[in-house]
Amino acid sequence: MDQLNLGFALRNAWLIPAIPFCSFAIVGLFIAPMSKKLAGIVATASVFATAALAYAIAWEYFTLFPAGAAHPAIIPFSFEWLRYQPGLSVTAGIYVDPISVLLMVVVTTVSALVHLYSNGYMHGDEGFGRFFTYLNLFTFSMLGLVVAPNIVQMYVCWELVGVSSFLLIGFYYQKPSAVAASKKAFIVTRFADLGFLIGVLILGYQGYSSFPSLQGSIAPELVKYGVTNLQPIDFLYINHPLVLQSLLANGGTIMGVSLLTLAMVLVYSGAAGKSAMFPLHIWLPDAMEGPTPVSALIHAATMVVAGVYLVARLFPSFAASEQALLVVAYVGGFTSLLSAIIGITQDDIKRVLAFSTLSQLGYMMLALGVGTMAHPLGYTASMFHLFTHAFFKALLFLGAGAVIHAVHTNDIWEMGGLRKKMPITHITFLVATLAISGIPPLAGFFSKDEILAAALGNHFNVLFGVALFVAGVTAFYMFRIYFVTFWGPFRSHHPEHAHEAPFTMWFPLAILAVLSVIAGFFPMAEYVSIGEPLEHEGINWAIAGPAIGVAVFGIALAGFFYSGEAKRAATVAAAFGVLYRVVKQKFYVDELYIFVTKSVIFQFVARPIAWFDRHVVDGGVNLSGFVTRRSGANLRHLQTGQVQTYSVWYAGGALFILLVLWAAAMGR
Amino acid sequence: MGLLSWIIVIPFLTAMVVVAIPRSQWKAIRWVSAIGTSINLVLTAVLTYRYWQVSAADAVSIKSALFTKLYFVEQFPWFKSLGIQYYVGADGISVAMVILTSIIIFTGSLASWTVETRTKEFYAWLLVLVTGVFGVFLSYDLFLFFMFYELAVLPMYLLIGIWGTGPKEYAAMKLTLMLLVGSAFVLVGFFALYYASGLNTFDLQRLAQVRYPDHFQAWVFPMIFVGFGVIGALYPLHTWSPDGHSSAPTAVSMLHAGVLMKLGGYGALRIGVYLLPEGAKMWGLFFMGLTTINILYGSFGAIMQKDLKYFTAYSSVSHCGFVLFGVAALNLMGLKGAVLQMFSHGIMTGLFFGLIGMVYGRTHTRIIPEMGGLGKVMPWLATAFYIAGLASLGLPGLSGFVAETHVFLGGFFGNPWSNGMIASTLTIIATMSIVVTAVYVLRGLAAVFQGPITDHHFEHLTDATLPERISTGVLLATLIIVGLMPGPFIDLIEGPILPILNRLNESGVLAAVR
Amino acid sequence: MTEFLAQHTPTLTHWLYLSTLLFSIGLYGLLTRRNAVGILMAVELMLNSAALNFVVFNRFCAPATVDGQIMAIFVIAAAAAEVVVGMAIFVALYRYRGTVDVNAMDTMKD
Repeated sequence: MDQLNLGFALRNAWLIPAIPFCSFAIVGLFIAPMSKKLAGIVATASVFATAALAYAIAWEYFTLFPAGAAHPAIIPFSFEWLRYQPGLSVTAGIYVDPISVLLMVVVTTVSALVHLYSNGYMHGDEGFGRFFTYLNLFTFSMLGLVVAPNIVQMYVCWELVGVSSFLLIGFYYQKPSAVAASKKAFIVTRFADLGFLIGVLILGYQGYSSFPSLQGSIAPELVKYGVTNLQPIDFLYINHPLVLQSLLANGGTIMGVSLLTLAMVLVYSGAAGKSAMFPLHIWLPDAMEGPTPVSALIHAATMVVAGVYLVARLFPSFAASEQALLVVAYVGGFTSLLSAIIGITQDDIKRVLAFSTLSQLGYMMLALGVGTMAHPLGYTASMFHLFTHAFFKALLFLGAGAVIHAVHTNDIWEMGGLRKKMPITHITFLVATLAISGIPPLAGFFSKDEILAAALGNHFNVLFGVALFVAGVTAFYMFRIYFVTFWGPFRSHHPEHAHEAPFTMWFPLAILAVLSVIAGFFPMAEYVSIGEPLEHEGINWAIAGPAIGVAVFGIALAGFFYSGEAKRAATVAAAFGVLYRVVKQKFYVDELYIFVTKSVIFQFVARPIAWFDRHVVDGGVNLSGFVTRRSGANLRHLQTGQVQTYSVWYAGGALFILLVLWAAAMGR
Repeated sequence: MGLLSWIIVIPFLTAMVVVAIPRSQWKAIRWVSAIGTSINLVLTAVLTYRYWQVSAADAVSIKSALFTKLYFVEQFPWFKSLGIQYYVGADGISVAMVILTSIIIFTGSLASWTVETRTKEFYAWLLVLVTGVFGVFLSYDLFLFFMFYELAVLPMYLLIGIWGTGPKEYAAMKLTLMLLVGSAFVLVGFFALYYASGLNTFDLQRLAQVRYPDHFQAWVFPMIFVGFGVIGALYPLHTWSPDGHSSAPTAVSMLHAGVLMKLGGYGALRIGVYLLPEGAKMWGLFFMGLTTINILYGSFGAIMQKDLKYFTAYSSVSHCGFVLFGVAALNLMGLKGAVLQMFSHGIMTGLFFGLIGMVYGRTHTRIIPEMGGLGKVMPWLATAFYIAGLASLGLPGLSGFVAETHVFLGGFFGNPWSNGMIASTLTIIATMSIVVTAVYVLRGLAAVFQGPITDHHFEHLTDATLPERISTGVLLATLIIVGLMPGPFIDLIEGPILPILNRLNESGVLAAVR
Repeated sequence: MTEFLAQHTPTLTHWLYLSTLLFSIGLYGLLTRRNAVGILMAVELMLNSAALNFVVFNRFCAPATVDGQIMAIFVIAAAAAEVVVGMAIFVALYRYRGTVDVNAMDTMKD
C-alpha cells in the first residue's frame, strides 16, 4: 500500500464489520443476560460508531478519487481466511469501491436509525436483549457482505444475513405464524442459494483453470490497490475482461447455453431469492411477521437489496453474457408489475409495504438489466434507486411501525383519521409516500427518472412501458394506504387511543424524512458508474413529464376512492369479482408452493424414501437375519437328543466314507 | 511409555479404577471417569501443541513425500514370527481425530451424569470402548489397528443392549452383526495385503512401500472401502445407524455417531486410499455415485422422521455421506474436506445427541409432535440445539461450512482419473442436500422449541444444569472456533493429506511386488 | 474230527468275519435297542469284537510278541469299568425317572 496514501478510516476499514461483530458477541454473551437497557445502548452505540467510520471512509475514498475521475477498487485490508488448496484461498478482506461505499453508508445509516428506533419500539419486550443481539449480528453480516472482495466471502455473509433474518422474523418464537414465516424465508432463500452455490462452484472452477495463464497479466496492475494475493474467486479476477473473454472462448456450452450464462443465471437465482424476485418472492410478504424495525432494516433497506448488490457487483460478468442480463431485466420488470398489482388489494399495512418493496426491487433489477458496459446508465440508476429507496422505504416502515405501535393492529381498515393524533408520523409518512410515488423534488423522482431513461435509452420499450405503468400503480396503492390510515374517520376503536410516538421513535423518522427529501439531489452519476463514462444529460422532461403525470393520476385516483368513507372502492372491487379475489390471494403462488412441497415432494419423495429405507433396505438386512434364523430352526430338527439317532448318522457316515475309499481303491 | 501410549492407556486404567470402586459409591464413579477423561483432554492438548512444534520442521519436505510422516512413534515387536508389532504414531489426521475423541468422551461422560443403573459397568465399558477408539486412530500396524477396532465395536453391544431404550436388544444385535460383517471384509483385505506384499509384516508404513498389482487393487480396494463403509454408514449398509443410535443411551450415541462412524472414513482414507491408490482411482467414481445417494437419501429420510433420535441418525447418514464422498473425490480438497467433515460432524452430532438426551431427560419423550414451545423454558438447550442445527445445514461461521465447501469443491473440481462431467454432475446433485437439510432441520427444531407450549407439564421444566452447560459449551465452542478460524486446523490436516495425494499422482514410482 | 479241524484251521480271514459279525450284531443292537441295559450289552459285543481283532492280529501277524493280548486285556478292563459306570448311571436314572428307555432321554437337544 505504498502507492496509495490512505487516511485513518481506510487504514482501519476492517473495523466496519469488526465493530458490530464484537458488539454482537459481547452483548449476546455478557450484557444481554445482565441488563436489557445496557444491551440496547451498547448495541446502538456500536452501530453509530460504525456509521461514523463508514462516512469517514466515504469521505476519504472520494477525496482520493474525486468525483468524475475513475474509481478503482481498493483493498485496504485482507488476510487469508480459508485455504482450499494452494492457489485457491479465500482472502477475507475489505473491498472499497463506489458501490460498496454507497452500501456501507446506506446500511450503517439505516441500521443505526433502526437501532435507535428499536430502543423505543421494543421497550418492555422480554426479548429486548436478544433482539439487539440479533440486530447486531445482522448488521455485521450485511456489512461483511457489502465489503466482500471475493465471491466466497459474499456467499458466507449472504448465508449469515439469511440466518439473522430468520432469527429476526421468528423473533416472536411463540407465535406459530412468525415461526412459519421465518422457516419459509430461510428455506426459500436457501433454495435460491443452491443456485448461487453451484454458480460459485462453476466460477471457481473456471477461474481456477484459467488462473495460471491469466494471473500474470492481471495481478501486477492490482498490486498498487492493495491486492497482494489475487485469487481466482476474487471479484477483481472474475470481472476482469480478460477472464471473461477466456471463459466465453473456452467455457463451451451446455445445452446450447454458454457456461458463463449458465453460471450467471445460477448466481442470479441466489440474488433473486434474497431480493425476492418472482417466483421466489413468496417469503417477503410473510416476513412481515417480524417486529416492524426488522422489516424496515432487513426487508426494505438492506438485506433485500443484497441481491441487487450482487448483480451490480458482478455486472461486468452479467454484461458479458447478454442473455443473463436479459433474464435479470425481464424478471425484474415482471416482478415489479405483479407485486404492484397485488399491492393494490392488500389490507395489512406492512404487507402493502412489502409488495411495494418487491416492486421497487424489481425496478432496481430492471435497471441493472437494461444496462450494458457501453451504455451503463442502468447501473448507475439502479444504485441510485437503491440509495433513495433505502431511505424512504425505511421511513415508510418505521412510520408504519409507529402507527402499529400506537393502534395495536396491522389492518388499515381498523385505523383512519390518525393525521391529527400523530402529526409527526403523518408528515414524515406523507414525505415518504410522495417520494416513492416519484413526485419532484423528492428523492424517488430522480432515481426513477433515471431508470426510465436507462430503459428507453437502450431501447427496451416494453420494459419502459411496464416501468411507467408501475410508477402510476405505485402512486395509487401507496396513497391508498396513506389515505385510509391517516384520513377519514376512525374506522374502529383502536385509533381513538392513539398517541404520538416517543422521541427515540420519531427522531429517526425525522432524519429519514430529511434524507428522503435531499437524497435525490446527490450527483450519483459522478460517483457511481461503470464501463463507458456517462454523458451527463440531467432531467429529460420528455420522460419525466409522463412519469409525473401517471404518478399524479394515481394519487388523484387514490384520493377519489379512499380519502373518505371508501365506499366507492368496495363497489369497484365487487365489480372485478373473481379477478379481484385472485389478485388478493396473490395469484395463488403460495398455494402452489405448498402444494408442490407438501403434496409432491414430501408425499412422493420423502415419504417413499423413508418407507423404502425401513422396508426395502432395512428389510434386506432383516431378511438376512431371518434366513439365518430360519435355516437354524430347520436344521435343529436333526438334533433329536437321541444318541441312537446320532449313532445312525455316525455309522452311516463311516460306511459312506468306507465305500468311497473302496470305490477309489477299485478305480485305481 | 510415550505420550501416545498414555493417551491410549488412560481410559483403560480409568476403567480399571472404576471396576475397583464398590458399587455403592456410584457417585464417585462419575467423578473418576470425569477426571480420567479430563486427563485425556489435557494430554490431547499437550499432544496438539507438541505436534505443532515438531511438525513445523517438515512442512516443506512433506509436500513431495510419498509416505506420511509419523511423530511420537513407539514401535516394538509383539509376535515376531507373524510380523506383528506394537506400533503407534501420530500424524495430523490422527491428531485431529484424537482431539475429536477426547472432546466427545469428556462431554459424553458429563452428559451421562444421570445414568444410575449399573453405573459402574456402564462407565467401565464406555471407557474400554474409548481405549479402542484412541488405539485405532494412533496405531500403524494393521493387526493392532484391527484389534483396537474390534475393541471399539464390541462393547457397543452391551452398552446398547443393557442401557438402551426401545427395541434395544434388536438394535444392539443388528448393529453389532452389521459392523462385524464390515470387519470381516476389512480383515480379508488386511490379510490380502499381508500376503500380497510378501513382506511378512502388518506395518502400515512398510506395506505402503509396495506397489500392488492393478488386478489385486481392483478387488481389495472395494473390499476395504465397503468394509469400512459399513461403519461409515455407506448406502445401503447404513440401516444399523437409525436403530442403533436411537436405542443407545446418550453418551453412547454421542460416541458412536460422533467418533465410531468416523473410523469408517478414517480407515477408508488411511488404509484404502493410502495403500491402494490404483484401486481408488478405479472405484472413485462408483463410490462418489453411491455416496451421492447417501447424502440425498439420508436427508430426505430425515424429513419424515417423528423421533428426534431417528431424525438425527438419518441426518448423520447424510453427513457421513459427505465424508466418504470427499474420500472418493480423490483430490486435495475432497480428502481434506473428508477429514474436516469427520471432525465437524463428530462434534456436531455429539452435540445433537447430547442435547436430545438432555431434552429427553426432562420431557420423557423424543417424539417431535408431542413437544412444542420448549424454547421458552429451556433457552440454553434451545440455543445450543439451533446452533447445532445451523452447523448441520452448513451455515458459514460454523465448522460444517468449512467441511462441506471443501467436499463440494473437491467433488466439482474432479480428478484426472474419472470423468469430470459426471463428477461435477454428482456434486451438483449432492449440493441439493443443503436445501433438504434446511427443510428438515428447521421443521424439526421449530416443532420442538418454537410455537406455544403444547403441554402444561412442560411449563415447569428446567434449563440445563452446570455439567450439561459445560458439556454443551465445550462442543459449541469447538464448532464456532473451527468455523471462524479454520486456518490452523486446515494446516494440521493438510500436511498428512499431501503424501496420500502424491501417491495417487505418482504411484508408479513405488516398487512393484517382488 | 481233529483231522477235519486240522485241515480246516481257521485263517485270519475267518476270524475277521467272526469279529465283523460280532461288531455288526453289536451295532445293530446299539441302534435298535430301546432298553439302556440292552444297549450296554450291545456295546459289550462291539468291544469284544475289537478285543478279538487284537488277539487275532497278534496271533497271525506277530506271534512272537504279546502286544495284542495286552491290548485285549486293556479292552476288557475298560469294558468292565464302562459297564460299572454305565450301570451306575442307569440305576440312578431309573431311580430318578422310573425308566431306562433311551427314547425318553433326549434332554441333550435343549
